[in-house]
Amino acid sequence: MFWSVTQSLLSGLWTTFELFIFTLAFSLPIGLLIALATLSKFKPLSSLMQVLVWIIRGTPLMLQLIVIFYGPGLWLEQNIWSGDEKGRITAAVVAFTINYACYFSVIFRGGIEGVPAGQREAGQVLGMTKTQIFFRITLLQMVKRVVPPMSNEIITLVKDTALARVIAAQELTFAGYSFMKSDGITWPLFYTGVFYLAFVGLLTLLFNRLERKLSYFR
Amino acid sequence: MAILEVQNIEKKFDHTSVLKDVSFSLEEGSALAIIGSSGSGKTTLLRCLNFLERPDGGKIIVKGETLFDSEVKGKERESEQRRKRLHFGMVFQSFNLFPQYTALENVMLAEKMLAAEQSDYKANKKEILAGIEKHGMELLDQMGLAERMYHYPHQLSGGQQQRVAIARALALHPDILCFDEPTSALDPELTGEVLKVIRSLADQKTTMIIVTHEMAFARDVADNIIFMDGGVIVEQGPARDVIEHPKEERTKQFLSRYTNG
Ligand SMILES: Nc1ncnc2c1ncn2[C@@H]1O[C@H](COP(=O)(O)OP(=O)(O)OP(=O)(O)O)[C@@H](O)[C@H]1O
Ligand SMILES: [Mg+2]
Repeated sequence: MFWSVTQSLLSGLWTTFELFIFTLAFSLPIGLLIALATLSKFKPLSSLMQVLVWIIRGTPLMLQLIVIFYGPGLWLEQNIWSGDEKGRITAAVVAFTINYACYFSVIFRGGIEGVPAGQREAGQVLGMTKTQIFFRITLLQMVKRVVPPMSNEIITLVKDTALARVIAAQELTFAGYSFMKSDGITWPLFYTGVFYLAFVGLLTLLFNRLERKLSYFR
Repeated sequence: MAILEVQNIEKKFDHTSVLKDVSFSLEEGSALAIIGSSGSGKTTLLRCLNFLERPDGGKIIVKGETLFDSEVKGKERESEQRRKRLHFGMVFQSFNLFPQYTALENVMLAEKMLAAEQSDYKANKKEILAGIEKHGMELLDQMGLAERMYHYPHQLSGGQQQRVAIARALALHPDILCFDEPTSALDPELTGEVLKVIRSLADQKTTMIIVTHEMAFARDVADNIIFMDGGVIVEQGPARDVIEHPKEERTKQFLSRYTNG
């Protein structure tokens, strides 16, 4: 029994990992773009982004997930997500990406605004372009500032992937829960928790390392 | 002919005038000190020269080329603006060194960026970078920082940081080097080393504009002095005359605060 549970949980863990890694890979750059758009001097763009962030942060992620998975089928009368597990995972990644990009954008924005104006001005008087200033001066200082709040948010993402269960994606929590339903046993649920703890523990180690790496400057 | 001509500069923030009809000229190889009480517009003037603020009126002419003319409307290309900026160097009150780079990297950064845009960069990358590094090291050596090249800003004292900032500003060979109260953020015992460096630059005939509250330094190092109050130039003339024999009542009042205090 222990082995079949372990196997099933490992496959759930893989799905959880996929949800996590794809969401992260897409939402980090998109979040940065949203942050830059919010800070843009072009008011319509900046306002549009603020409204988007308000809507996404103001509604439950679970609701967004349901809308994104079922919405297209109802409005377009044709489902854009394929009916199999792959389609469900893709839909979940899309929903998580939109949600997390918005949360990340707020953190990025704070990080960019936290870099003193004097840093940009020093670059300007040295004849650097806006792009050079962003990539050579602002970016790393921003990254250093956002690592602590980002690590919180990213750890939350690990646990939020469990929401994909509502559209029947067979992630880790789904796998653990299925044993309770079919065999009436609860210990796999605790075993599931162990997997999450290990995942989060690993991430915490990584973030501590990154923070130490960036501690060479102030 | 003067290397810099500043003509009738006006600057408003919202609706308050911060600079009113400011005009002066600067000879090549001379040092100009700008003195004046807090809020008189000294920083704003330097920021206008460095294109960090856009004046509402007036002209800025360097080496006969009009860099700024409020009559000419429309947006400039970024490359054009950058080229104009390079006539001026700026040393900030709060240093503004890049914390993630070593002293040497701070000095080399802008030069590297410029070199990378040259057409022959790819072919001669190695030699070009070696040349930039050598130049950066020489500048830091000249600032008395040969031992501190690989230190990060937070590992340096304020005086050392400001000297790195001066080397950084010199790296691109500006025609005119501007200092905004270079020693105001320093502990009193550290101002000397920075003033010494600026003094040696003056001895080498570096064209400079120095905003400062150090009256004795202004008198000894600058050729000319401008006294500003309320956004206007109240008095200008040879350094010794302005400090020792001010003509205007407002200048006398301002200076008496330094001699009595
Ligand atoms: N960005 C800004 N927006 C609005 N007002 C400004 C701005 N920058 C400066 N001012 C105002 O312009 C005036 C001149 O400021 P400035 O910083 O040039 O004075 P200063 O002579 O350098 O003073 P200090 O000796 O304190 O450095 C001040 O009244 C200041 O409040
Ligand atoms: Mg000032």
